[in-house]
Amino acid sequence: MSTPEAVVNVGADLLADAVADQAVAVTRVDWRPPMTGTEADLATVAADPLRRTANERALAAMLGVTATLVDVAPASELLGLEPGQFLHAGPPIEWSRASGPLRGALMGGAALEGLVDDPEDAVALFESGANVSLEPCHHRSAVGPMAGVVTPSMWMFVLEDAATGRRTYCSLNEGLGKVLRYGAYGPEVLTRLRWMRDVLGPLLQTAVRASGPVDVTGILTQMLQMGDEAHNRNRAGTLMLLRDLSPAMVTSGMDSADVAEGLRFIGGNDHFFLNLAMPACKLALDAARGIEGSTMVVAMARNGTDFGIQTAGTGDEWFTGPAQVADGLYLGDYGPDDANPDIGDSAITETAGIGGFAMATAPAIVRLVGGSVPDALATTRRMHEITLGENPRWTVPVLEFQGVPSGIDVTRVCRTGILPQINTGMAGAKAGVGQVGAGLVNPPAEIFPKALARLAELTRSRAQ
Amino acid sequence: MTTPPVSHVELRPGAYADSVTLLQVSRAVQGLDGVLAAQVAMATALNIEVLTEMGFEVPAEATTNDMVVALRLTDADALAAALSGVDQALRDANRRVEGSTEVAPSRTTASALRGAPGAVVVVSVPGSSALVEAMDALDAGSDVMIFSDNVPVEQEVALKRTAADRGLLVMGPDCGTAVVGGLGLGFANVVSPGPVGIVAASGTGCQQLLALLDHAGVGVTSALGVGGRDLSAEVRGVSTREAMRRLDEDPAIELIVVVSKPPADDVAAEITAYADSLATPVELVLLGAGEPDLTAGAEAVLRRLGRDLPAWPVAGGTTSGSGLIRGLFVGGTLKSEAQLIAGTDAGHTFVDFGDDAYTTGRAHPMIDPALRLEHLARAAADLATGVLLLDVVLGHGAEPDPAALLAPAVAAVSQPVVIAVVGTDGDPQDRDRQVRALVEAGAEVHLSNAGATRRALELIGAHA
Repeated sequence: MSTPEAVVNVGADLLADAVADQAVAVTRVDWRPPMTGTEADLATVAADPLRRTANERALAAMLGVTATLVDVAPASELLGLEPGQFLHAGPPIEWSRASGPLRGALMGGAALEGLVDDPEDAVALFESGANVSLEPCHHRSAVGPMAGVVTPSMWMFVLEDAATGRRTYCSLNEGLGKVLRYGAYGPEVLTRLRWMRDVLGPLLQTAVRASGPVDVTGILTQMLQMGDEAHNRNRAGTLMLLRDLSPAMVTSGMDSADVAEGLRFIGGNDHFFLNLAMPACKLALDAARGIEGSTMVVAMARNGTDFGIQTAGTGDEWFTGPAQVADGLYLGDYGPDDANPDIGDSAITETAGIGGFAMATAPAIVRLVGGSVPDALATTRRMHEITLGENPRWTVPVLEFQGVPSGIDVTRVCRTGILPQINTGMAGAKAGVGQVGAGLVNPPAEIFPKALARLAELTRSRAQ
Repeated sequence: MTTPPVSHVELRPGAYADSVTLLQVSRAVQGLDGVLAAQVAMATALNIEVLTEMGFEVPAEATTNDMVVALRLTDADALAAALSGVDQALRDANRRVEGSTEVAPSRTTASALRGAPGAVVVVSVPGSSALVEAMDALDAGSDVMIFSDNVPVEQEVALKRTAADRGLLVMGPDCGTAVVGGLGLGFANVVSPGPVGIVAASGTGCQQLLALLDHAGVGVTSALGVGGRDLSAEVRGVSTREAMRRLDEDPAIELIVVVSKPPADDVAAEITAYADSLATPVELVLLGAGEPDLTAGAEAVLRRLGRDLPAWPVAGGTTSGSGLIRGLFVGGTLKSEAQLIAGTDAGHTFVDFGDDAYTTGRAHPMIDPALRLEHLARAAADLATGVLLLDVVLGHGAEPDPAALLAPAVAAVSQPVVIAVVGTDGDPQDRDRQVRALVEAGAEVHLSNAGATRRALELIGAHA
């Protein structure tokens, strides 16, 4: 047998020293005990004969998807959403447990649909529960940022995986500040939503249908090299979308003032592309769903009260814990007491390896979320510790074009105690306030051991 | 008029900073107006003692994972400013640490192997986590040595079956010694390459063989440990077969030596059949009742190679004694061998300080001699003790200078002392110097453990 060229040592340093003394390169793992009480489940899942192949398949399925924007249309048409049906971000929740921003968005949505005249009147409607129903976006192949409220008349982007015809959906982005998704429901919020319904939606539909599918995955590839991490910064992506769609918008035959307003609205809303990045990420991750034995996370989502994850190997089950309050910077006079716990489906970007996971590529916004440039590099590197692989398309120039850390592995989170890093906006805790800041947040740690326990249970039942 | 000082103590569960950082934080806070004393520290036993001495009352529920902020203030009004000073100092300190551009070490074996593909992995984490790290190695296509003990046998089987499917080798668990293509892993002696390849189910048994063959001028290219249970009915020799296959493929190896306790009956037949299928001849050295001792095994190997048998070296001498043999060992196989040769019917006793019962919560006696030294003094004080029989195991990983503490302890003993020093002249401890020091202290030193045991019997007038 030839002499090993390198040794990896995990455990006693003394054994690594003995190797180093023999002039052989040794890499020392900074091993620490796993999350409390997870040892047995970790061993069970690690020894599952399905695991390795299942995770390889899940990662490859996710990385293999190319998402294209193929249409824009109202939710009533696309999802069959009917008056009184409301989609929301995160895992399932009922009105009684809903947080301020989710309530505010639902109230605004009810007014938008004409269920009530005054949003304040919607409180009684939702309390009674009569003729209204709440359902997660994720259960309808959709994602929604922040409160994520979708009503039948809202227009949605349609993303398609050309290889399979699978589709995902996301509403159109309203911009920042006092907006429905942050729980604001004042007259200016509803006015904007009506304009989006009457003008922007039809304009985009015409433009997308005329110009043909837009390669959203391809734009993500480029924007990650242009300083966007596609969660809290989408500036380059938004402008590239505008570049692709504006000729067809101009030649749409619609009123030129409306076209100009549409162009101005998109160009002035740095977050417009977020609502394409999110369904593109969901389209990729959904390809990995239902792979028996896989420990890969396929969704992270928050409803403002609970933070939930789903994994490839555990079907549609949500593993939930209390959503945390982000740590970051506040707008104006707002402070930590004003912030609602974490909310939104936008953590689908981190689940797919961008957003907080690609922080290293977006140094321009590290201060916005309260960090430094070295923090950003360290964050992306740290996320590689809990992911199954790298995305060969989505790369980070400053890290020598290393692919973004992709495919969060429940077992590695439990082993290292390293929690996924999410970049997020902060909604006001009170319904109607809107955005109060932006920052960094983690999932509650306990949901990973919960998911692991279920994976271990499934492993054991397969072995019988 | 002056008000009495005010104390404030708070626990911050989950907060952590290293002691140097906290020292700086404490200093910074002490410099604030209104602060008479400040101590910010992790709630370790030592720190709680310090805090108590400073007159602070630390809540009883404090654990080592809590940060304690203890402040003595001129008056209660100073509290808010002092606490914000603490937070500021912690933030400042963190900023410097997090601002580092150093790449953090890998936290899992999988992550380390991304940067060192093909490396051999050495696992010595607690047994409950060993499978998980070892499985990372197998998933990445690496051979693995598991030094950890307390690995459940079903986990051993799972690992070895996985390895066998992939053509990989699992050495261990509870594998103390390996030489892979000349590289010593764990506790391994420095030997010259040569015509012998060893497959060993016993760490110190393998080391004895290495030392004897080295003295006889026969080199060993590889010595692959397989763990004490490999030839059991449960594990069925999976690693033994793979190790034999590897050695058979090595053109430098002329003779494969398998060292083990007698295998389970049907496993023995399988291994013999497998040995017969190899191109390289195989010599079985079996340990246990009714089997030849290790020294006889080494002699059989030498005869098989057509080499002359050397005289096994003995240094120093001692007077005869009367009474019983007290065997105090660090090597499990060496202890068993001595016990088999001398028998226990007469009242001789043999203790292995490397046994789990002695190593829970403390280092192996080959690293930390304190426990055996204590027992040595106790045995010497026992009037029934006729002769003390010890082993000293040299090589990589072992104590750097065992004679430094052992020689004075031996000198203090009135009974005759016989020591087997298992090592080669290439070992980092300088074997000859070790032997000299022990001889000067009055011991008689053998290279052969069996020889040392027989000499001990002879000294008390008994016969094996």
